[in-house]
Amino acid sequence: MSVADFAFYLFALTTVVGGFFTVMARNPVHSVLWLITAFVGATGLFVLLGAEFVAMLLMIVYVGAVAVLFLFVVMMLDVDFAALKAEMAKSLPLALLIGVILLMELGTIFGVWQFSDGAEAARAAVTPALDVAHNTQALGMILYTDYILLFQLAGLILLVAMIGAIVLTLRHRTNIKRQNVIAQMHRDPAEAMKIIDVKPGQGL
Amino acid sequence: MSSVDIQTVLPELALAIYAMVALLGAVYTGKDALAKPITWITGAVMVAIALMVAGGDGAHASFGGMFLDDAYARFAKVAILLAAAAVLVMGEATMSRRGLLRFEYPILVALGTVGMMMMVSAGDLMSLYMGLELQSLSLYVVASLNRDSVKSTEAGLKYFVLGALSSGLLLYGASLTYGYAGTTLFSGIIQAANDGHVGLGLLIGLVFVTAGLAFKVSAVPFHMWTPDVYEGAPTPVTAFFATAPKLAAMGLFGRVLFDAFGGAIGDWQQIIALLAVLSMFLGAIAAIGQTNIKRLMAYSSIAHMGFALMGLAAGTEYGVQAMLLYMAVYLTMNIGTFAFIMSMERDGRPVADISALNQFAVNDKLRGLAMLILLFSLAGVPPMLGFFAKYGVLIAAVQSGLAWLAVAGVIASVIGAFYYLRIVYFMYFGEEGAGVEMKMSPAAWVALVGSAAIVVLGVVNFFGIETAAAAAAEALVK
Repeated sequence: MSVADFAFYLFALTTVVGGFFTVMARNPVHSVLWLITAFVGATGLFVLLGAEFVAMLLMIVYVGAVAVLFLFVVMMLDVDFAALKAEMAKSLPLALLIGVILLMELGTIFGVWQFSDGAEAARAAVTPALDVAHNTQALGMILYTDYILLFQLAGLILLVAMIGAIVLTLRHRTNIKRQNVIAQMHRDPAEAMKIIDVKPGQGL
Repeated sequence: MSSVDIQTVLPELALAIYAMVALLGAVYTGKDALAKPITWITGAVMVAIALMVAGGDGAHASFGGMFLDDAYARFAKVAILLAAAAVLVMGEATMSRRGLLRFEYPILVALGTVGMMMMVSAGDLMSLYMGLELQSLSLYVVASLNRDSVKSTEAGLKYFVLGALSSGLLLYGASLTYGYAGTTLFSGIIQAANDGHVGLGLLIGLVFVTAGLAFKVSAVPFHMWTPDVYEGAPTPVTAFFATAPKLAAMGLFGRVLFDAFGGAIGDWQQIIALLAVLSMFLGAIAAIGQTNIKRLMAYSSIAHMGFALMGLAAGTEYGVQAMLLYMAVYLTMNIGTFAFIMSMERDGRPVADISALNQFAVNDKLRGLAMLILLFSLAGVPPMLGFFAKYGVLIAAVQSGLAWLAVAGVIASVIGAFYYLRIVYFMYFGEEGAGVEMKMSPAAWVALVGSAAIVVLGVVNFFGIETAAAAAAEALVK
């Protein structure tokens, strides 16, 4: 078994085990940590495939940002996971049935493993050889030329997401006190303060 | 990318740029004070772009085949744009009376419309998904626009979660299709599917893509979200849901089935036929027990999607033509009906209870008559346009040997007629009750009476859209 084979099995096992425990872990925080493990395994698989850029994206964006954000959300939200799990037990038989059917489908696909003619060639042509263009460059080239339409559409989708987040959550409150910096800076000690001589036994 | 490429996406580009300019303009100036003019201008821009689209001709593929501009796309785009414009304009008064008319509403609708236009023009699994997501995301947001209402928030959240699930199904299918066909381009997939036979992997990909799309057209058994979302969303938004996105999703369905899997009609015909027959029956039977008119319209739209799917299930050029005509008629009827529903009020609050309509037509002859015509048409009673639309899809099904489907359609349509006619009965002969006030803006009045008039007068020659639909179907089924 070569080093590459060994690495493949290592990363593949990491991914599968990580995925399994993400679902099975009792503590949701542990689930997120297992999810991160699965991401790391997938990153290794991408590196083995020669897709370094995607691997780094997965590491930086998913592990570094998304998963950690998940962790915060899970820790901050006071969700009663025990109750959710109890709810889940009711629909477990149906879920298991669907899972088994999906597994059988995957098994059938794997068993037949029949591509259309030319499918392999069509897929291979997409990636240029490493000495022609490295990964990042190749992705950039294809993203900004062939797929420019999709790239712009993705931008529009993000715009809609941003508008949506603002529309649904931003509230302009009118009855709260806000800091007015200008007014603060122009306060005059002579006007703002005065010394009052309070006589003993009397109020103001 | 060349100037030709830009020219083919010009309508989408124009609408997207308009939406962004309007967004910036409103944010930096009047904010919600500008909501009303922006709504009207958006409607006008949509109509202008619809005219621009209608003027196009020929069939072009641009961006390496990812974007298709043919008669089929143009027919769907014109209908989508006009329906979206009509719904925006007629809902403006209702939205502002409820304090929901924020300037983001027309802008989100415009961006969602860009997504729908992309959907019907998709020539690639990726552009399909991008268009679909752009449309869906806008719809999720407008569904929960009334964020202080629990029902509206629930509607948005439910729609979002189930929409995400359906996107997952669709993407899973798309990845299988890509894996086994070696390309995401429809033109490539159809070649892969034509080579001898469709492989098992490709077939499972097709099934998952179909399931994902069935969610979007709310065909049974992927319909669960529809009644809750229709009920919870503000009524003008519900009117939007029931019109343009439905046509866009059906258009996309046709694209995928014929452009990508046109070589495997026998494989998907049974799936679509099953979806159609289940939708028709569930839509007809489940609506009977409803007392909320918005939920009733949700089930009605499920049943109508079943009939439209019947046209697709035929798998012929005539079937596609019948489907397009059916959808055009469906849009017209729904715009009118929702113009009526969104105006129903009592003491300044919206009512959606069917019993509120008791004796309505006795006091209000014209609007009662218009609603009667629309409901008869929705039920498919002969002299109205709705009957001829149904007749078209039934003929298409019979012609391609699906006589059992046509018979099932007739039975479902008879069952479904009951609940439409029940509303008519309430309007004319119901018991005197609390009644309902109609706060109808001139735009909504025009939409109601106009669509009722179209439904009656269109019987003569369908206003000539039959030839346009035939050309569209010919462009799709080559």
